[in-house]
Amino acid sequence: MADDSDRKRMFWAFSILGLMLIVSLWYYSVHPVYMYIVTYLWFGVAYGLLLQWGRFCFASAWRDLIAIGVTRMFVGIMIAMAVFSIIMAILAEYRLSTFHPGPLGPHELIGGLIFGIGMVLAGGCASGTLYKIGEGNGTSVIALTTMIFGQAIFVDIGGWFDQLLRNYIFPRPAFTMAEKLYGTKQPGLAKMLIADSLINTIIPIILLFIFAYVVVARKGIMRQIVQQKASAAADGEVKTTFSDELRGFWYMITASKRTTIAGVLIGIIAGFHVLAMQNLRYKFGIGNFGHALKALGLSGVSARGTVFDPGYWYITTQEAQVGGWVLHKLGWNMMDNIYFGMSNGLPDPWWNPALLMSVGIIFGAMVMALLNKEFKLKKPTKELALWGFLGGVFMGVGARVALGCNIGAFYIRVAGGDPGGWLFFLGMGGGALVAVRFMNWWSERKLKAADIDIEIE
Amino acid sequence: MKVKKLEDGVYQLDVKGYVCPHPQLYTMKTLEKIKSGDILEVVFDNPSSEESITALCNKEGHEIVEKRSDGGTFVYRIKKA
Repeated sequence: MADDSDRKRMFWAFSILGLMLIVSLWYYSVHPVYMYIVTYLWFGVAYGLLLQWGRFCFASAWRDLIAIGVTRMFVGIMIAMAVFSIIMAILAEYRLSTFHPGPLGPHELIGGLIFGIGMVLAGGCASGTLYKIGEGNGTSVIALTTMIFGQAIFVDIGGWFDQLLRNYIFPRPAFTMAEKLYGTKQPGLAKMLIADSLINTIIPIILLFIFAYVVVARKGIMRQIVQQKASAAADGEVKTTFSDELRGFWYMITASKRTTIAGVLIGIIAGFHVLAMQNLRYKFGIGNFGHALKALGLSGVSARGTVFDPGYWYITTQEAQVGGWVLHKLGWNMMDNIYFGMSNGLPDPWWNPALLMSVGIIFGAMVMALLNKEFKLKKPTKELALWGFLGGVFMGVGARVALGCNIGAFYIRVAGGDPGGWLFFLGMGGGALVAVRFMNWWSERKLKAADIDIEIE
Repeated sequence: MKVKKLEDGVYQLDVKGYVCPHPQLYTMKTLEKIKSGDILEVVFDNPSSEESITALCNKEGHEIVEKRSDGGTFVYRIKKA
């Protein structure tokens, strides 16, 4: 029986990969420029494989740190970002980067706060929601659905998001640390590494590691070190030294090897993704995929002739486009706002380059979950469906206010040298704190209400 | 979510179907309620909780005496420190 189920899992895993290969060849047969879309798809698959394998979820970075005092994901995402920042600095210096900094302002903090509440309620961040769908998680499907439609409705209804963009967000300054310090985007590789990677990314990460170690991890780790030393000492007397602290600090960073390795690999893949997209832009002579769609006579491009085409890892805007596209087809004019009409467009989903990346993440995660014997269809309970529903709405609204999610407004931005990404991260932490407090209250209430046959100390 | 006593000093926490943060949160809270040396068997099917529960046990000094997984369901037996 076990052999049969193993064979079935392998069959499905390789069938998914085979199907995506066939789809890729079909795109190429339609027109070679669609290799651009296919490249997004396969980088999505790579992200999905690694996210599932590393259980890599930005929600758990803040949430597990606050809720249960576990630092592993907090450390993992920082390692991923540090590696990525070095690659980004090199690519930017040689004009091989697709990255642009975003407007710097309080909207990033506020958006992060709203997003942070949503990610804890939904049980996963924007990228985590996608990979958990690949694991068969029904709650994440609900969260994705409300994130898709919540965003689309939010950017169009009442016209106030247009006002927010036009009057408050777009006029704000956008710069990288290299531009701020040296007044140019290409100050030379050494300066680029110092400004964007070291000052904007790695030094803040080291400070955050020290914070996480001192405030959260140190107590438990030092207890283990003291126990080890006590068992080795003849008289049982133990004194801890600075080298023990350094050992403890290193232990915190390497405690979850799987998370750390996934972090390094995700950072490298994200770097290659930027390089690949920029090279394809040079190859096809396009600055944005909307130019190609327009030349092919396809609809859905914005008034500027563009579609959403970040050229790097991104999650939420392509999801908003699905909601916008569906509602537009149903008769709700979604092209009369800045977000879709002037900037991101509403291409048909199958010609939407970034959307194929999200599809790739789901199927990449599914393949890994099948190979790891971890795929399981999980129908949500009413309680989880409610949290997923609300979490998706909060994440969608937060992402739009901040102009991105845990990937587009934080991971990519910080690593690209944009200091505003840290505002989103702080906001995310504040939101997670609020939602964790609620979840603590809620779980205590449920444990008390449950018929627990347990002798409580 | 179900908590039941399997035998003296052995309890089971069933959080199948729950996504993050519920499995790790309920594990932490149930461990707080049982006695030192008692066993808590946690049954969950949210793969990312695997790493979080392991990290939680390492941090608190609880020993995971047994780990099993089958078809996406995980069973961890944890001895409270």
